[in-house]
Amino acid sequence: MRWIWIDKFLEFKSGQSAVALKNVTLAEEHLHDHFPGFPIMPECLMIEAMAQTAGILVGEARNFEEKVILAKVKKAVFYHYVCPGDTITLHAQIDSIAPEAASIEGEIMRGDERIAQISLMFSHIDNNLAGKQFPEENFVFTDMFNSLLTGFVESKTASEQVE
Amino acid sequence: MAATRDEIFEQVKDVLVDALGLDDDEVTAEATLMGDLGAESIDFLDIVFRLEKAFDIKVPREELFPAEAVLNNADFVSGGKLTEKGLAEIKDKMPHTDLSEFEQDPDVNKIADLFTVDAIVNFIENKVNA
Repeated sequence: MRWIWIDKFLEFKSGQSAVALKNVTLAEEHLHDHFPGFPIMPECLMIEAMAQTAGILVGEARNFEEKVILAKVKKAVFYHYVCPGDTITLHAQIDSIAPEAASIEGEIMRGDERIAQISLMFSHIDNNLAGKQFPEENFVFTDMFNSLLTGFVESKTASEQVE
Repeated sequence: MAATRDEIFEQVKDVLVDALGLDDDEVTAEATLMGDLGAESIDFLDIVFRLEKAFDIKVPREELFPAEAVLNNADFVSGGKLTEKGLAEIKDKMPHTDLSEFEQDPDVNKIADLFTVDAIVNFIENKVNA
């Protein structure tokens, strides 16, 4: 099972930018412990949600041929708590993309209110870890991620990508 | 108008301070990227992207940091040291770097020390004032 931290895409401009949405709910069990009596979405999961939004954007830019992994959190600044019942939107923009890696600028919003600024670097591991063995299949982009893109781009299944 | 070396150094310094989370005074001309400034492999890409933006130039990674390709070639490395061929290759690919000391003992472990702030400034100076 993968923990997916975005519910759907609202916008997807191939190779440029994407906007994803997440609804935060008390049904997420970890919120009961983070913190008891004061449930807020952990900041690290907001970084992961941005990494998923931007990771899909970066992966799609190269037709999911690369295994895209989060390599560096360049910046993560949080301005407000995110609570159950909140809807947040994750705005990601490709800053630079090269055969080996990509850099993105991201912002998390709740309506018009800025919640966080997050800048990330992704590495295309096929190009950066020469000599190290990884599974042939693209274990980063699974069908679950693909389904999020339905309606935005012509999606391929994970098995089609391998071919 | 051609940028002066000092101007380039200041901009390179800003890039390194942002990319590596450093204090201003840590970035000296002699500082090595990995040893002194704590850069890791992904940071090199981050630095390349930032230099491209700061100076509005294209920086092929293998041009600025060509050592990887050399180290992965069996012709160029033998017994943990660069061969004559390897040394010639490095000299050819890294004209922006002072190799006089390295040549005395071309130990592959010392390659990391070749990436200094000064080498980046030289590289950028050649690019923007070409």
